Amino acid sequence: MTQAAGSMATEEAKLNGDIPAVELIGVTKRFGDTVAVDDMYLTVGENTFFALLGPSGCGKTTTLRMTGGFEDPTAGIIRLHGEEVTNLKPYRRLVNTVFQSYALFPHLTVGRNVAFGLQQRDVDRAEIKRRVAEMLELVQLGGFADRKPHQLSGGQRQRVALARALINHPRVLLLDEPLGALDLKLRKEMQIELKRIQSEVGITFIHVTHDQEEAMTMADTIAVMNMGRIERLGAPTDIYDDPRSSFVANFLGASNLMEVGVVDASSGRLALGDGTQLHTSGPGLAPGEATAKIGVRPEKIRLARVGTAGLPENAIEADITDAAFIGVSTQYLLRSTVGTVLNVVVQNIEADRFAPGDRVVAAWSPQHTFVVRGEIGAGEGV
Amino acid sequence: MSEEQVAGSERTSPTRPQQLLLAGSVAAIALGLLLLLGGAGLGSVEGFTRLFGALAMLVLGCGSGLVAIRGESRVAYLLLIPGGAWLILFYLIPMARLAVTSLQEGTLEQGFRMAWKWSNFSEAFSTFGDQFLRSFLYAGIATAVALLIAYPLAYFIAFRAGRFKNLLLVMVLMPFLVPFLLRTLAWKIVLADDGFVADSLRALGIIAENGRLLATSTAVVAGIVYNFLPFMTLPIYVSLEKVDHSLLEAASDLYAKPATAFAKVTWPLSRPGVVAGTLLTLIPAAGDYVNATLLGTPRQFMIGNVIQSRFLVVLDYPVAAALSFTLMLTILALIIPYVRATGTEDLAAA
Repeated sequence: MTQAAGSMATEEAKLNGDIPAVELIGVTKRFGDTVAVDDMYLTVGENTFFALLGPSGCGKTTTLRMTGGFEDPTAGIIRLHGEEVTNLKPYRRLVNTVFQSYALFPHLTVGRNVAFGLQQRDVDRAEIKRRVAEMLELVQLGGFADRKPHQLSGGQRQRVALARALINHPRVLLLDEPLGALDLKLRKEMQIELKRIQSEVGITFIHVTHDQEEAMTMADTIAVMNMGRIERLGAPTDIYDDPRSSFVANFLGASNLMEVGVVDASSGRLALGDGTQLHTSGPGLAPGEATAKIGVRPEKIRLARVGTAGLPENAIEADITDAAFIGVSTQYLLRSTVGTVLNVVVQNIEADRFAPGDRVVAAWSPQHTFVVRGEIGAGEGV
Repeated sequence: MSEEQVAGSERTSPTRPQQLLLAGSVAAIALGLLLLLGGAGLGSVEGFTRLFGALAMLVLGCGSGLVAIRGESRVAYLLLIPGGAWLILFYLIPMARLAVTSLQEGTLEQGFRMAWKWSNFSEAFSTFGDQFLRSFLYAGIATAVALLIAYPLAYFIAFRAGRFKNLLLVMVLMPFLVPFLLRTLAWKIVLADDGFVADSLRALGIIAENGRLLATSTAVVAGIVYNFLPFMTLPIYVSLEKVDHSLLEAASDLYAKPATAFAKVTWPLSRPGVVAGTLLTLIPAAGDYVNATLLGTPRQFMIGNVIQSRFLVVLDYPVAAALSFTLMLTILALIIPYVRATGTEDLAAA
C-alpha cells in the first residue's frame, strides 16, 4: 500500500516535472523517552547543497541517519525521489554516506575501498577500474589506489570516503560532519573542495554540521535545527538577515537582542524602556502584542560621538565598556543608558576609535532591525 | 617501522658514558664466559649458582653492549634482560638438553651417553606413527569444532550481548576456576555410560542401545574442545570487539547485504583473533594427554600419552626426547605455512 502511495506521488511529481530529492513527512524519532526528531517536515530539492545545522543533540545526525536507513523513524514517511524508503535497509537505498569517522575499511586498499559499492552491484571489473581511477582523480588522490587507509593523512582519508560514496552516483549524498576531524586550514580547503565537487557531479548533498560558518560557506539552503525541530530554513543570507527566532539569531552569527514595547505594529514603531523610539521595517510584528523582541547584527551598528548628524534612524546612547582591536575590525562592548548590552563590530576604516568610558551613539537602520520569537539568550554561546 | 627508526637514528661517535658502558659489557661477557667454561679454579662456585651467574652476566653484558653500541635511545633493550634471562634459563637451555638427550643411548641404570643415535627419531616415528596421526587428527577436529562454537559465541558477546557482555565473558572464563584435571574428571561423569547424556542420546537413537560415549574418540575430542574453548573464544572476541560498528554501516551503505558485509568486513577484520585462537587451541591440543587418559582408552592415546609414559614410566629418555622434538617440529611445520597464508599482518594486529 505504501508502495502504491509512493509511486502515485512519483507519477504526480513527474507530471509537475519537479521531484524533490528528499522528502521527510511528519518524521519523528524517539529513543526511549527522548524525542530526537520531532514531527519533521523537510523537502530538499534536486542538485542542492543542503546543510542541517544545529548544536549537538539537536537531532540533525538522527535526521541524516534516518535518511540513510541506519535508523527507522518512529513515525512518518521518508521519500527519495518520490519513492517511499521509510523502512528500507541502507543497502536498498540509492543514497551514500560520508561518515563522521570516515569508516574506511582498514583491511582494504584505497582502490578497493572506493570500488566496494560498485562490486556489490556487479559492475564489471574493467568498468570498476576505470571509474575508481576517475574518481580518485576527482578527489585529487590519483596514484594513491594501493595505499592502505592508515597510510593516509586525515584530509586524504576524508577524500577517500567522499570518493567511495560518490563513485556510486547516489541520488543523494549524506555527509555527517565530514570536516569535524580536520584542522582549521584543511577544513577551509575542503569546504571549497566539497562545493566544487558538488557542482561538478550535480548530486544533492545533505551536509550535517554544527559549524555555522561552514554551513554558510557551502550550502545553498540551510535548515537550522534545535531540539528535534527545524527552527528556520532558507538561503544563508535570508536566514542571517532575518533569523526570526532568538535561537537562530544567536546560533547563526551573533546578535544583539532586546525587549521593546510595541507602539504601532503596522508601521513598525517600537520604544525602549526609557522612551527611545526605534523602527523596524522587517516582518514579524503581530498586531495586538504589547511587547516584542528585536535584534540587530553587531556589524550593522555604527558608532559616533554624541551629537553627530546624519546617523541611521535607530539610535541609542551608550557607554563603551570594552574595546578589542582585532586587525580587520574593532569589537566594542557597550552598555546603553537603559542597561542593554550591545556588541558592536566596527571596521577599521575611520580613524575615529573609541576607548572604554566614552559615551557614544550606537545607530542602525530599521531595515537591519529584525523581530524574533523565543527566549532571549537561547542559542547563545553555542 | 623499526627499520626506519634504525636507519634514521644518528650515528655519532660514542660519548664517554657509552664507552664506559661498552667496557662494562665486555667485562660482564668475559666473566660470564669464564663462569660457564672456566676451569677448576672456580670449583668453589658450582652447579646452579654458577650456571645462573654465567647467564646473568652474559645477558647483562650483551644487553648493555647493545645499548652502548646502538646509543642511548636503545635503553629500552635493557627491558629485555629479565625476560631474556628467563627464556634462556628455562627454555633455550632445556631445549638444548632435550636435543642432546634425543641423540643419546643407554638406560637409566647404566647411564645415557652421546651416540648421535639418529635412529631414535626414526624409531619414534615408526613405532608411534599412529599416535602422531591421531594427535593431529584429534587436535585438528577439536580446533575446527571449537572455532565453530567459539566464533558465534564471541560474535554474540561482542555485538549483541549489550549489558550482559561482562557477565558472559566471566562465564566463558568460569571453567578456569576449576582445575584442568577436575574439569576433565567431571566430564567422565557427564559422559558416563549411565549418565543423562548417554541415556538421552540412546533414547533418541543417536547412539546404539549398547553404545557408549565414554572411552570413545568422540569423548576425547569433545573433552579437548571443552577444555580449550576459552582459548579460542577470547582472542576472537577481542578482535571482533575492535571492529568499528560504523564499518558495518558503511558496508551496508555501499549496498552490501548483511551476509556480504560479514564476509567482506567482519570476517577479515576478525581473522587475527581466529588465527590466534586456532594456534592457542591446536598447539596445546596436539600435545595433550589428559583428555585421552581420562576420557579415552589406549586406543585413543595421543602422542602426549606416549611421551608421558616414555619419560615417566618406561624411562626411555632418548626416545621420549626424540618424540618431543618431532612433535614440536611437526607443529612448527604446520603453523608456519598457516601463519604465512593468513598473513603476518594479521598476527601483528592480534
